[in-house]
Amino acid sequence: MLSLSLLNLSLAHYLVFGAILFAIGIVGIFLNRKNLIVLLMSIELMLLAVNTNFIAFARYLDDTAGQVFVFFILTVAAAEAAIGLAILIVLFRNLRTINVDDIGSLKG
Amino acid sequence: MMSFDTLVFYMFAIVAAVSAMRVVTVRNPVHAALFLVVAFVSTAGIWLLLEAEFLAITLVLVYVGAVMVLFLFVVMMLDINIAQLREGFWRWFPFGLTLALIMVVQMVAVVGNRQTIETGVTITKHAANYSNTKELGRIIYTDYVYPFELAAIVLLVAIIAAIALTLRHRKDAKSQDVAQQVAVQRKDRIRVVSVPSERKES
Repeated sequence: MLSLSLLNLSLAHYLVFGAILFAIGIVGIFLNRKNLIVLLMSIELMLLAVNTNFIAFARYLDDTAGQVFVFFILTVAAAEAAIGLAILIVLFRNLRTINVDDIGSLKG
Repeated sequence: MMSFDTLVFYMFAIVAAVSAMRVVTVRNPVHAALFLVVAFVSTAGIWLLLEAEFLAITLVLVYVGAVMVLFLFVVMMLDINIAQLREGFWRWFPFGLTLALIMVVQMVAVVGNRQTIETGVTITKHAANYSNTKELGRIIYTDYVYPFELAAIVLLVAIIAAIALTLRHRKDAKSQDVAQQVAVQRKDRIRVVSVPSERKES
């Protein structure tokens, strides 16, 4: 019975795939907590997982609004990546490092 | 018997998951960016399977074509000390893995149990002449026109912010100032010195 439900493609397949991708993104944040670039890549992975969930729901509930939401998430994520990388470059120019441990001059 | 779309789904999902794992564990950030490209492309395949054709193409064009190239540029431009960034790499791995496993198990328990699958909604088949792009365009330019314009403003702000942050005037580099060159006057360039003519010694 379980094998049958695994072989018939359903909404759950896409949601589990999204969950796994999201979890990999979280593990990436824990592993690469010093490397700012790979941290940004992990965030991109998590966004990708969220977008996959949106599209799966849009397909199975037959509602295009979910795809419009993904459209806007892609826009905001592109802006976020551009500004994040610009900040990273300015940071590297001033400190010659991207190690998160060395970025403590504000002493929050 | 596994149907064809299930086979395609598993193929893309496995490639995406494996390359996502490589993104977070690989040593060289350039390789991480390239693995992220693979993850994006195979996820675009899954989106195609969900009949979100426009967004799948957008993911490949905008994300792989622009954002990941930007990532690669930045990674290659910076001179990073990888050994320093990798120290203590696996120290928080058990904690992160536990957290991630708990999240996956919880989400699978919610969305992946048999009740969800059996009582879950089923796909409504679209007609052969159904256009995803047309439908998306119709809904964006009617119901979501104000959010669409706001998205344009977000992108404009991103352009201005990225340029304003990274623009710098280098003091050590020489560059032409055309306006100054055009506005130059005769007196700026030459000076007429009256030299008294030499008297011949007799």
